[in-house]
This record gives sequence, structure tokens and C-alpha cells, in this order.
Amino acid sequence: MATTAVSAESKNYLNAEYGIRSWLLTTDHKRIAILYLISITLMFFIGGYFALLIRLELLTPAGDLLTADMYNKAFSMHGQIMVFFFLVPSIPAVLGNFLIPMMVGAKDLAFPRINLLSWYVYIGGAAMYIWCVITGGVDTGWTFYTPYSSLFSNTHVVEACLAIFFAGFSSILTGLNFVVTVHRMRAPGMTWTRLPLFVWSHYATSIVMLLGTPVIAITLVLVILERTLNLGIFDPSRGGDPVLFQHLFWFYSHPAVYIMILPSMGVISEIVPCFSRKRVFGYTFVAMASIAIAVIGFLVWAHHMFVAGISLYSALVFSFLSYLVAVPSAIKVFNWTATMYKGSVSFSTPMLYAMGFIGLFTMGGLTGLFLACLGVDVHVHDTYFVIAHFHYIMVGGAVLGYLGGIHLWWPKISGRLYPEAWGRLAAIIVFIGFNLTFFPQFILGYLGMPRRYWDYSHMPEWQALNVLSTAGASILAVGYLLPLAYLLWSLRYGKIAGDNPWMATGLEWKTSSPPPTFNFEQTPEVTWEAYEYEKMPLPEEVTLER
Amino acid sequence: MFDNFPLWPTAASSHAVTEDWVYIFLVVLSAVMSLLIFLTIVVFGMKYRRRHGREAQQIEGSTILEVAWTVAPLGVFLGIFAWGAVLYFDERTPPAGAAEIYVVGKQWMWKLQHMEGVREINQLHIPVDRDIKLIMTSQDVIHSFFIPEFRVKQDVLPGRYTTLWFHATKPGIYHLFCAQFCGTQHSGMIGEVVVMNASEYQAWLTGGAPVGSLAQDGQTMFLQLGCQTCHRFDVQGRGPNLVGIFGKPVQLEDGRVVTADENYIRQHILTPGRTIVSGFRNIMPSWQGQITEEQLNSLVAYIKSLNPPPAGAAGVPNP
Amino acid sequence: MSDSPAIGETPLAIEHEARPELRHHFSDEQQQRNAASLGMWLFLGTEVMFFGGMFCGYLVYRRIYFPEFAVSSRSLDLVVGTLNTAVLICSSLTVAMSVRAAQTGNRKLQVPLLLATIFFGLVFLGVKGYEWNNKYKEHHIPTFDFSARDLMEKAGDRHVLGLDRISDSGQLQAREAEVQRHSQVFFSLYFALTGMHALHMVVGVGIFSVITWMAWKGAFTPEYHTPLEIAGLYWHFVDIVWIYLFPLLYLIDRRPGA
Repeated sequence: MATTAVSAESKNYLNAEYGIRSWLLTTDHKRIAILYLISITLMFFIGGYFALLIRLELLTPAGDLLTADMYNKAFSMHGQIMVFFFLVPSIPAVLGNFLIPMMVGAKDLAFPRINLLSWYVYIGGAAMYIWCVITGGVDTGWTFYTPYSSLFSNTHVVEACLAIFFAGFSSILTGLNFVVTVHRMRAPGMTWTRLPLFVWSHYATSIVMLLGTPVIAITLVLVILERTLNLGIFDPSRGGDPVLFQHLFWFYSHPAVYIMILPSMGVISEIVPCFSRKRVFGYTFVAMASIAIAVIGFLVWAHHMFVAGISLYSALVFSFLSYLVAVPSAIKVFNWTATMYKGSVSFSTPMLYAMGFIGLFTMGGLTGLFLACLGVDVHVHDTYFVIAHFHYIMVGGAVLGYLGGIHLWWPKISGRLYPEAWGRLAAIIVFIGFNLTFFPQFILGYLGMPRRYWDYSHMPEWQALNVLSTAGASILAVGYLLPLAYLLWSLRYGKIAGDNPWMATGLEWKTSSPPPTFNFEQTPEVTWEAYEYEKMPLPEEVTLER
Repeated sequence: MFDNFPLWPTAASSHAVTEDWVYIFLVVLSAVMSLLIFLTIVVFGMKYRRRHGREAQQIEGSTILEVAWTVAPLGVFLGIFAWGAVLYFDERTPPAGAAEIYVVGKQWMWKLQHMEGVREINQLHIPVDRDIKLIMTSQDVIHSFFIPEFRVKQDVLPGRYTTLWFHATKPGIYHLFCAQFCGTQHSGMIGEVVVMNASEYQAWLTGGAPVGSLAQDGQTMFLQLGCQTCHRFDVQGRGPNLVGIFGKPVQLEDGRVVTADENYIRQHILTPGRTIVSGFRNIMPSWQGQITEEQLNSLVAYIKSLNPPPAGAAGVPNP
Repeated sequence: MSDSPAIGETPLAIEHEARPELRHHFSDEQQQRNAASLGMWLFLGTEVMFFGGMFCGYLVYRRIYFPEFAVSSRSLDLVVGTLNTAVLICSSLTVAMSVRAAQTGNRKLQVPLLLATIFFGLVFLGVKGYEWNNKYKEHHIPTFDFSARDLMEKAGDRHVLGLDRISDSGQLQAREAEVQRHSQVFFSLYFALTGMHALHMVVGVGIFSVITWMAWKGAFTPEYHTPLEIAGLYWHFVDIVWIYLFPLLYLIDRRPGA
């Protein structure tokens, strides 16, 4: 084992070429994935810094740590960075980029140069956003509602819109690459029903990216034109309609939620079978649920606008469709749970994240039922209940899936094993910290605490719950920093992983770790179904000690 | 004990009680389902933990189970949908005879105008056990009128009216928030709703300096602006006679038939050229930018008061 | 995928030498061509959504401010618009012919046809520039001294706008100010739509300059002319956007006698 690992290391994508140029001009999807990994990690910690400011401000009822304007900018930039510069690219641009060509048995994505271009466009957007942050920031909330954003805000709205326009363009290019790769680049024998569910969920995600992102692009362009050229498209005083903006915005931004959660569901669909040593329960249903989510997800946008002054009957239709889109998510949760039944379960780090995901995503989904329910939404809309709900989906769902995926494929990406005991500890810390941060916010929301409030000195009774939430956030921060530390440490000191440390199925495990530049020595021919765990031996039990 | 650690907001309106029941149902459902999933995961994890000598048993799936867990949630979801929709219909349909109060939101305060002419800022005094309908608009950005203890909320938009109604059931002082982010002092755009017994409310109404009612204000405006030269009440003038038009269908020159509701009257005062009444010429001037939102409200209230019987005031009990 | 399993066994260097246009990660030309064309179709799908947002806005506001939109639309220069439509249709024809020439291996014809395409593209942009310059002179560019005064001169237009039924001068002024505001929304959308379209034309001319250079170098054969084909797809798409823009902006409110 050791000798093959060493010989494999003699030629892989990491040591194929050296020098900064070999990274900045690479068209290798694996190297581009690493570039993305570094850049989104940076953006994640910038966004996290703003989250920390928000939680510290809310520790006391009075607005004492930040000024009102600083607080408004903090939550706006937290939201915009986390959504557009971290969550949307997170799993697709890092894990999807790295794995999809390997999973379908291709040497690269269909358009490697466009893949590199997408990273440069992303970096252009991120740089512009950071410049916007440095020169004073933006205070519109991540939703850019007009006419506040177009006429009243005195902050750098134009720069922020432009930066997000770039980030959106980058995700269009990524989605385009994935769809073409899945359609055209599959290895011989890799039929659609043999594709790993990770690929199916990315396929669904890419469709949403392709059809939704252009709409937010043109919407943001119109906001920019409205601010710079005084067009009156969303301005009621010049005959425009601010609610039209909300329709256009949510037409992308609701499906964007699925851009963030679907890839994470794909990761979970890989982890659960692997650590239960079982075929995934109901492969077809899980795969089709992804497609159903992507399609129905486009028809529910106005459920963000039940109190925005839309007509009664359209609210009915959108509420009804929102319940429909909840069904495929429920199907997935049941199938993952059933996959564990009569399996051979090991509580390794990725599995801990997956179990956390299933539980927290269930809670996030169930609280979504409250919001889709017209009568209840009137009360909880724009309160901390909404904040808690979407953090259960975005952090408890998307981020946990991302961390689980990073741990699952870390041996493939780096060729090294991370320290298992630290991994489990971090997973448990994240789970506890997360619940302590966001569960109190459900109660705060039902009590009526509106979101985006800087000062609640007239409502001191909210303080206890806010203190709990801030305490949880500091635990959560430790949970995020730990993996950063031990994963970096493992790059040098981690044990050599070997080609397939988890004894997982999937083509990516059939090549060496780290993989060679063109992924496979020979184009593989697939003659087996996905998740044939009965044919795989058990992995050597990974010991708790290093 | 719960003073510093509240778990439940006071329920002080008729909506609050019905809405709380849906909420309780959903909380119980969510708790049961979450526990079920959590427990199943933990039990499966423990029971089927990896051991030497026991292999995983391969199960590909089960169509019956899949259908079951597709149809069962769907059924439950549709039930919740229907329940929520009934509630929403009720919340969005103000009952006839509700007392009306006009609301103007601006960065960063709430301005309220009672039919009796009393004006308030960031405070709303209302009598208990009375249907109250708010007719709201914004002077600048989008705001949202939110009273958590009543479980009601409605965005307040610039350039048009939105409405909200409630029926307070308990005297007391409740929170009033702006729930839609509206700029620097968004969290300062708060106030209180004071619900009083009918007698106290009457005393409060008459306690301040004597003022004319909102409709009387509107009448003064109406005369000041010279509206009566065309909109005459005795004979048909150059403009339509406004007596009794509120809530009635209007035949427009371009063939459309619209209802003369608050939004119509508002729009017509601001941009008369867009809704010319059939049989009349386009001669009315636009008042866009000439009058404030509050003055506009008083005009609307006045035109509505020409309807027999006039719209109710909060001081008068429910019919 | 229907590819020969032997490909993977061929050392990559040899693969490249034999077929220089085949990129390393594709197993054969068929696959490469299919990938490129699917990619372009998907990209055009995103473009439809991009323009779709603006078309939606245009249709919504046209309904709300019908009289102002009708009068403003009629003020556009029909001759120039028709000329540009003809120019674009010609350019699409030359693109289609150049693809055909590549398929039949007619190298001599490719370059002149592609040059003609670029020429037509530049003519379109020139005419557009001329039209925008006229708009500038007419004070029809929003916020740059915008004036809708000339829209309120003709008797027919005054009737549509309802100006002929106002006698009082103060009332007339108020209505005229309103026309000014609403026609500005039309011209905002006009410039947003034609501006975005012109931007796509500029990109198209750039792409076709590279394609022409490649054709001149003899890069396209009957077996391999994917870049030309997908660039053609893009060009046709930009053409089709104009085919929608022209009636929606120029023709929609013209009828005999109006």
C-alpha cells in the first residue's frame, strides 16, 4: 500500500507542475477547485467576521458596540458575502469542480478554459466586493429592496450590485460546464442511472444556475441604471413599481436557495451509503427528487411576498406550490434514514456531519412549513423566525454538507488523512454551537423580534435569548476554526491516505490519491451500478489516535 | 420567572387566538417529526453499528414505502395549506363597518390619523372589541406595520394604499414595529398600541384640544383646493357628483369598469388623466406633488364620508 | 457514449499530434462538437432569461402607460429601424452561407462571407449610432435634458395623450409633466434594450474577427469547423433578439390612419 501511494505521489495533479503560473493559468479542474477552495474560505471568514459583529452587538439591548449604520452594513455584507460569494459557489465550485469529471469518468470538464475564466470572473467580483467593503460598504440588506436601494441609500450599492453581477456570471459558467459535462463526457458504460447522486444533484443545481442567475443579473443592472442614470423603472414617484423588483429578485433568489442546498444533499447521498456500507435506499426517487426540487423551485418565489401587497389569490397559489416543493425534500430525508437501516454504520467524521445534516435539515424544512402557511407567515415574516429557519437550511444544511464533503474527499484532494479524533470533536462542536445559536431565534421570532434590528432597548425581555444565541455563535466559531487548523496541519503531517481509504464506490476512488492530471491512466469502462457496497471490502478501521 | 425569558407573546386580538392554534399544531407536528427522525438516526446508528462478523444487508428500496412517504406528507401539507389559507383570507378581508384609521409611514416614524381628527405619532390608541381597519401608505421607502401581540403585519408601500385589520380583545399596551428594513433608524421606527375600554377611549378622544374630524379636515381641503367648482353636489358639474360613489363601480372612458375604492380615489386625485370617467372630459389637474400624504388621506376620508352611512369611526361601537 | 475504448490507451502526446484541433480531454471530434454546441445552446438559454427580464418590464409598463408608450414608439425612426433589420437579416444569411462553405470545404468563399458578416455588423452599429445621435439631438435620452415636447405636437398624438381635451392651462401643464415622466420610462427601456443588444453585437463582431482570422489561416475543414458553427449560433441569436425588439419597439403602435 505504502509503496503504491509513494509511486502515485510521484505524478499527480499537485506536483505535475510548479510555480505560481502553473496555478494561475491552469485548466485542470482539480487545480481550479483548489483555487476556489482558497478564495471561498477567505470570503467565508470575512462574512463570518460580520456575523460576529452582529452577534456581539445584539448581546446587549442598547445599540452600543456599533453605530446604527455600521450595524446595517454588517448584516448586509454578512448576507451578501455568505450568499453570493460563499454558499452559491461553495460545494459546486470546489467539490463539484473537483469530482464531477472524475465521477463521470472524464479527463476534465467539457470547457476547461471557461472553467478557469469562471474563477477569474469570481475573483473579479470578490475583489470588487472587498473594495466596496473597504471604501464604506453597503447597507441595503442582502435583498436590495427598492426604492431604498435605488434612491435612499447613501452607500456603495452600485459597486455591490456589480460585484454580485460578476459572481453570478461565474456561477452561470460553472453550471454550463456541469450540464455539458454530464451530458457529453460520461465514460463508456456510465449511463444516467449509474451516475452517483452527487452528480444528479449538481445537474439539477446547474439548471437552476442557468435559468435563474441571468434574471438577477438584469435586475441588478436595472438597479444600477436607476441609481446612476435616474431611470424610473422601480421608483413609484416616477411611475415605476417597487414590487416588480421584488418579483424579479425572488425569481432568482428563491431558486438560489436550491443552488445552495441541492449540492449539499448530493454530498449526503454519498456519505450515508459509504458509512453504512449499503446501497442508497430508493436511488431513482432521490435522483428525481433533485430534479423536482429544481423545477418546482422556480414556481414558488412569491412566498417571500405574502405581506408585500400581492393579491390574495396569487398568495394562495404560491402557498400551495410551496407545500409541493417540500415533498421531494421530505422524500430525500426518509430515504437517507432508510439507507442506514440494517447497514453497518460507522460514526466517522463525515457520517457525523451527515447525521447532523439530516436532523437539522429536517428542522429547517419543517419550520419552512410555518412560513409557507399563509396565516402564520403574516406573523413570523421578517422576524427572527425567518432568520432561524434559513440558517437551519443554509448552515445546518448547506455548510454541514460542505464540511462533511470536504472531510470525505480530503484524502482524495490532498492525499492525506485528517486526524479523525479532531474531526469528530469539531463536528460535535459545530452541531452544539449551531443549535445554541439558532434555536433561540425561533422563539425570538415568534415573540416578534423583527430582523435587522440594531437596538432593542425598549424590549429588554429579549436579551436572555439573544445572549444564548451569541454564546452559541462563539462556540460555532471554534467549530469552524478547528477544521481549518487540522486540515492545514494534515497537509504536512497527516497519514498518507491511499487510493480509497473509505472503501467507497465511485470512479473518483478508483484512481490514485491525489489523482493524476488527467484523472485516469486509462479511460474507465463502467460495468457496475452506483453504490455496489456489497462488492467492496470494509475499510481498515480508522483509529481514533493518529 | 418568564419576565426575562419569555417564550410566548401575549395574544391580544381575535387573529392571535386562531393563529396560535395553527402555530401550536405546527410546533407539535415539527417536534414529533424531528424527534422521530433524530431517534431513528440514533437508533439505527447504535443498533447497526459496525461490528465484526455482521455485514450490511443490501436493500435497494421499496416502491410502497416511497409512495407512502410521498403521499402522507403531501396530505398533511395540503391540510396545513387549507387551514393557513382560511386564516389568511380572514386576515385580509376587513369586515364591513370596521373603524378606519389612516397610517403614513416615513423614515423613521409612524403617523396616524383618526377619523375623529386626532393625530398621533408612534402611538396608536384604539378601543377594545372593535374592528379596526388601517389604510396605510408610505412617504418614502417600503415599511411594514407589525403588531406582534395581534399577529398581524402588512408592508406599507409608497405610491399606493395597503390595508390591515384587527380586532383587539384585551386592553393593554402592545408593541408596534416596522418590520421591513427602511434605513439607518429602522430599529427606532417603533411605537406602541394602546388598547383601551370604550369609555376610556372616549375620554382620551375628547381629552386633547378640540379638533375637527378627519373628514372635516378633508372637507376644508376640498373647499380650499376648489374641488367643489367642478364636483358639485346639487347639480351635475363638470366633474362627477361624488356623493355615494365610494365602493361603487365606475365606468371609465376607455371602457374599463373599476371599483371606486381608496386606491382608486387616491390614484385619481394624483393622476386623473389615467382614469377619466366616462362622459367627462380630461380637465382635472393632477395633484401629484402638490399635497402631502396626510392631506391626501383626509380628502379620501372626506369623499368616503359622503357615502350614506359614513364609514365607522373608532369611537362608535361595532354595528 | 459511443467512443472507441482504445482512445485511453493512446499516449496523449500522440493523440495531440495526430489531431491538433482535438482538445486533450475529449475522446473524439464528435464528442467535442456535441459538447461545444450543447454549451452554446445552454448559454443562449441564459441569454433568453437575461433579455426576458427586460421584455417583461417593457410589456408591464406598456400596459400601465399605454398612451405615452404608443406615442413614444411612433416617434422612433421606422426607416432606420427597417434598414437595420434588413442589414441584420443579410448578416445572418452570410453567416449561414459561411458555415455551409466550411461544410463543403470551400475555403475561398469562407473569408469573403465572414468579412461581409462583419461589415453588416458594423453597418448595423453605425446606423444604431446614427439613430442614438438623433435621439440625443431630439432630447430623447433620459436624464440628459430629456424633453418629450415634440411628442405632444401632432394632433393625433395629442389626442392619444388626451391633451386635446384639456382647456385649462394649469391642467395642461400638469398633464404635460406627466407625459414627460412616463415617456421617459419608455426611453429608459428603449436604451436599456437596444443598448444591451448593441453590446451583444459588439461582442459578436469581436468573435467574428477572430473566426475570420482562423478561416483565413485555413483552420476550418468539413470535418472540423465547430468554432465557426457555435459563433454562428450566437450571431443568429443576437439577430433573433432584434427580430423581437423591432416590432415591439418600432412597429407595435403603427396602424394606418393613426
